[in-house]
Amino acid sequence: MRGAGAILLKDLRIEWRTRESLASVFVLGVLLLVVFTVAHDPEPEAAPALAPAVLWVAFVFTGLLGVQRGFLLERENDCMSGLLSAPVDPAAIYAGKLLANVVLLGVTQAVVVPLVGLFLHVDLWGVLPGLIAVLSLGNVGFASLATLFAAVATRTRAREVMLPLLLLPLLVPLLIGAVTATRAVLGGGLGAARDGIAVLIAFDVVFVVAGWLLFAYVVRD
Amino acid sequence: MLAALWLVFVAVPTEREMGIVQRIFYFHVASAWVAFLGFFLVAGASAVYLWSGSAGADRLAQAGGEIGVLFCTLVLVTGPLWARPIWGVWWTWDPRLTMTVILWAIYASYLMLRAFGGNDDAVRRYAAVLGIVGVLDIPIIIVSVRLLRGIHPAVITRNEGGSGLVDPWMRAGLGVSALALILFAAWLIALRVRTARLTDEVAALRRQVAEAA
Amino acid sequence: MGPDPVRAEALGRSFAGVPVLAGVDLVVRAGDAVVLLGPNGAGKTTLLRILALLARPTTGRLALFGADAATAPPALRRRIGYVGHESLCYPDLTATENLEFYARLFAVPDADARVRDLIVWAGLEAAARRPVRVYSRGMSQRLALARALLHEPELLLLDEPFTGLDAAGVVALQERLATLRLAGHALVLTTHDLERAAPVATRVAVLHRGKIVWAHDGPPEPVVVAAAYQAVVTGRA
Repeated sequence: MRGAGAILLKDLRIEWRTRESLASVFVLGVLLLVVFTVAHDPEPEAAPALAPAVLWVAFVFTGLLGVQRGFLLERENDCMSGLLSAPVDPAAIYAGKLLANVVLLGVTQAVVVPLVGLFLHVDLWGVLPGLIAVLSLGNVGFASLATLFAAVATRTRAREVMLPLLLLPLLVPLLIGAVTATRAVLGGGLGAARDGIAVLIAFDVVFVVAGWLLFAYVVRD
Repeated sequence: MLAALWLVFVAVPTEREMGIVQRIFYFHVASAWVAFLGFFLVAGASAVYLWSGSAGADRLAQAGGEIGVLFCTLVLVTGPLWARPIWGVWWTWDPRLTMTVILWAIYASYLMLRAFGGNDDAVRRYAAVLGIVGVLDIPIIIVSVRLLRGIHPAVITRNEGGSGLVDPWMRAGLGVSALALILFAAWLIALRVRTARLTDEVAALRRQVAEAA
Repeated sequence: MGPDPVRAEALGRSFAGVPVLAGVDLVVRAGDAVVLLGPNGAGKTTLLRILALLARPTTGRLALFGADAATAPPALRRRIGYVGHESLCYPDLTATENLEFYARLFAVPDADARVRDLIVWAGLEAAARRPVRVYSRGMSQRLALARALLHEPELLLLDEPFTGLDAAGVVALQERLATLRLAGHALVLTTHDLERAAPVATRVAVLHRGKIVWAHDGPPEPVVVAAAYQAVVTGRA
């Protein structure tokens, strides 16, 4: 697993150097929220009810972009071959990419969630621990499948369309769990969110393991 | 195959509860079972393909995917046809319907990947990975759509209409139509696999001819 | 002496049914420098990638250092170095950062010192702190070679390494490769320009349409090889 750590640090370093993802996430996140809010034009009392759905939809959209980029950067100069020529297990490459995506998606959430709170008049402070727990579980679940399928999408034709096409149907149960849990947490704290969290944990476990095992088949030539 | 289907139509007239429309129920439920079998077939054949690289397994996975989507589409079409006269609505987001739509979308994207992913051998591997992941998602989908019940209070449970299976004739009718559809689907799959194999052989022959020239 | 670095039997590889390699037999021993000559589309890159364990053959068997390639654990890659058409280095990182990253992946002992040595060896001290994106072709090439040598591989595979180099770069690369061969490494390089590769070679083979159609053991006489190459390419085209 030494390879995974090196890959994680390398990806974070590249991201820090270019700050491409951060900038585009911030701008895209704001734009999406503005569009949602303006299109729906909710009353201030009704707005918080929209927050869970808006939050997760915005997360998915910005997340898709970020994950896609993570593998596109391996295509430049054929760096993926560099990784595969190393004495590391492909599963370690998956682990490294997964962790890098989790971190970057976490940053995405740190940008998008406060904005949602701001635009939709939701009080986030009171429920922060529960909210962070739900956000993290959803993050890992999204990243587990997104990392696997971004590797697929960047190697096929029509790659911009392919990733959302493959990923969105598979992510629906995750979104159901995440939105349900978020709604419960915003309403009444962590305990009420038990069902949603159970779904999230199940999703995370199943697909991190699945990604771990299946990634080798995707990158093998 | 066709004989079995004909039998269903003949046997069914002896069971009328909600009128003629109720007969769709047999096809509807049986189609759902066939669709599920199709998806499990995709996953199984995909796993075999990843393990052994057998082209036959890959063709079987493709056929399973196509038939699965076909029957899933039938479920989604026959459902509203039955629901409208009985319940008065074309659609509702109840758990079972939602799950069917999600499954349809997953395997439709499977077919999209195979169709538009490019002509490489690699696409077969990617599709196999997707086929396996899809099946792994099924239990999670089942659990998560139950959460929707809490959100949307107005729910019409599917089985209210058809749970009146007390009449053994009806059960037999369901069993026969299920068997008939499974046989029909198996026949379609065998046909599809054969077509795929012949297509591959023709392509190989074409290449040989081109090279000899 | 140990098992041969490369033993390939009847290697075949098809893409979507189209055969790119159609039965290649190749043995490479320590201290060999095999030059694979062939026109574009002959299958050189595919063959090299298979030898580098970056691709799998559809048919045939490959043994590297006595280990069967299909079932070999990742650790086997520690003995192989690969230089492809592209530098395999991240454009947004500096040369030093790239080499440090690969040193970690390859578990290179005493990594910092080794990276520094290779930066000097590659003549990249001045540019070491600038991102690879701004490097010239020659600089990228030298960095790619340095990357491949980080872990001191016994088998070095180079895909058209002379492409894009100016005259001085060609000479420098020839010298480096000769040194490596004399130090006991095994080299396999592909090229479509024999003139540049000839000084380094101990054996030449011509690859055409996925097969080795002509081979010669011993340092090549450029005239002889060129004639054979022409005959192969035009005669059998």
